[in-house]
Amino acid sequence: MSLRRLAKEQPANFEISKAALKEIDIWVQKYPEGRQKSALIPALWITQKDAGGWLPEAALRALGDLLDMPYIRVYEVATFYTMFNLEPVGTHHVQLCGTTPCWLRGAGDLKKVCEDKIGPKGSTSHDGQLSWIEVECLGACANAPMVQISNADSDHYYEDLTPESFGKLLDDLVAGKKPEQGPKNGRFTSEPEGGANTLISKGLYSKVTKKALPNAVKKARKKPTKKAAAKKPAAKKKAAPKKPTAKKTAAKKKVKS
Amino acid sequence: MVELLQDKDRIFTNLYGFEDWRLEAARKRGAWLGTKEILEQGRDWIIDNIKSSGLRGRGGAGFPTGLKWSFMPKEVTTRPHYLVVNADESEPGTCKDREMLRHDPHLLIEGCLVASFAMQAHACYIYLRGEYVQERERLDAAIKEAYKAGLVGKNACGSGWDFDIYMHHGAGAYICGEETALLESLEGKKGQPRLKPPFPANAGLYGCPTTVNNVESIAVCPTILRRGADWFKSFGRENNTGTKVFCISGHVNKPCNVEEAMSIPMKTLIEEYAGGVRGGWDNLKAVIPGGASVPLLPKEICDTVLMDFDALREVTSGLGTAGMIVMDKSTDVVAAIARLSYFYKHESCGQCTPCREGTGWMWRVMERMVRGEAETSEIDMLLGVTKQVEGHTICALGDAAAWPIQGLIRHFRHEIEERIDNYRAGKPVFVAAAAE
Repeated sequence: MSLRRLAKEQPANFEISKAALKEIDIWVQKYPEGRQKSALIPALWITQKDAGGWLPEAALRALGDLLDMPYIRVYEVATFYTMFNLEPVGTHHVQLCGTTPCWLRGAGDLKKVCEDKIGPKGSTSHDGQLSWIEVECLGACANAPMVQISNADSDHYYEDLTPESFGKLLDDLVAGKKPEQGPKNGRFTSEPEGGANTLISKGLYSKVTKKALPNAVKKARKKPTKKAAAKKPAAKKKAAPKKPTAKKTAAKKKVKS
Repeated sequence: MVELLQDKDRIFTNLYGFEDWRLEAARKRGAWLGTKEILEQGRDWIIDNIKSSGLRGRGGAGFPTGLKWSFMPKEVTTRPHYLVVNADESEPGTCKDREMLRHDPHLLIEGCLVASFAMQAHACYIYLRGEYVQERERLDAAIKEAYKAGLVGKNACGSGWDFDIYMHHGAGAYICGEETALLESLEGKKGQPRLKPPFPANAGLYGCPTTVNNVESIAVCPTILRRGADWFKSFGRENNTGTKVFCISGHVNKPCNVEEAMSIPMKTLIEEYAGGVRGGWDNLKAVIPGGASVPLLPKEICDTVLMDFDALREVTSGLGTAGMIVMDKSTDVVAAIARLSYFYKHESCGQCTPCREGTGWMWRVMERMVRGEAETSEIDMLLGVTKQVEGHTICALGDAAAWPIQGLIRHFRHEIEERIDNYRAGKPVFVAAAAE
């Protein structure tokens, strides 16, 4: 478990902005009636963005009122999920992945960059621009080492970093630039470095045409082809249903309800 | 020589995002092709075909997907049915669902419709991990496109079936990848797993019958139905059929994701797609084959082992999510596992005592093992504690925390002992072999 508490110093009050309320309402609509509590996590996230990157206690209470929940339930959730910052963070909040796949590929060196430029783990730089924490696996292991940097506009993943490219990235952010997200070593996404050796066949992206469903049962109606209009007659002819024996037995076993 | 999978047999043709993810381009690649006809074949046909394709859940446990679907009640009573898609991908070493969410979201949405129809669910929630912000924006946009095109919503695809699909997200908790914790989280609570039974198929989301499936399990379904169960079954060994997206990370020359047939030899996979182990195959020390939760395998086993559920189980590991973490000879393998122990300590939800206390205890002992500051007898004590955590918790996180340590002790006990000896003799405890 990770021990997380609300910040000692809290603003006296907090009001959720109109824009944020509107956004939260979109979420509330996604769930059945009376289940508005389901929107709590997205609502907390929206409120955190609204409040400048962290959640003051007053904001938690405001959400409790909004979603008709006891405050303690909101506190529970806010302290349980690690993406909710309970203390103020820098303008650009660096979340450095330190779990084994990133560690194997040099997350330790990135940590040193953070320590040099920002300070010890969990700290914020003097100008309030940067802060950093170590987080657990962010799910981009084929592009390790990587960081996620959250600020008012985005929560970009920056991948395939070296101490040099990471240092430059932080400098760019402080200088007010908006670096592109994604790999920083010339890769496009998670293909092997130097170019993909799969998914390169010609026609892979356009030549898919409609065929009859294999194993279709006889009663199936003939299909009106929406897409490949030109191939319509051919597709119909091919629709001869075939029933492999293996399937037959499987179907027989099944008790029809 | 093993025959490699050809591009024409790959399901995720836009895995790397070289092409557009939007509806129009996805249709050209084959998504939403004849979905109506699939639905017209009926529920039993869909479930039977998924069953006979041999598809096993891609989220880690490998439970047969068709069988899982058939556990849902046959009749809908006053409680509506739900499909929940588990896109809370946070197993260290795993980064496959992310590619599907951001590059091929329409395959997933179509799969949701087909699966929901088969289980008589009118609503589906896709639960993304909170950190995947770009992915969630993509998925949301793709869902909007699908609504606009009439593919989902009222009378989805003209099938007469009303179907609503929603995106939901978490906020950074590994445990929410466990299905009942995910449901708790979706209900707006802390992600603490529920006791089973009742299983979600009886009482899941909001107490209603629910099936939770991994992104990949759902996204492959429409293609399986379109191309036939026999086609899918033609890849991999008996009981381990189909294609699978593998993630290769760690000490390889070219880390990547790749879709391959199941039962491909591990060595082939690493050498053909990931550019081989850094410094050559002989420089390999160990591989964690299926995401952090499964025990690691030393080189001798990696030489010949096949990447599928049964083959890896035979060598007391597991396919898990097929996220491979490769370690070369320069690796401090004890520290690598200690880092995973920290991960589990950090991610334990705190509900069950053996896990809450045990993960912290195991991590602290592991840290001492890394430094060699331990007694040799403590290795057995550590092993004993992992056995006491394993199987004594509500969910599998306790097991997942225990297995990597068990694997380490099973295969690299001599390294831990060496460290303890070195520490006592005042020598450096670990000297890394030079990389490359």
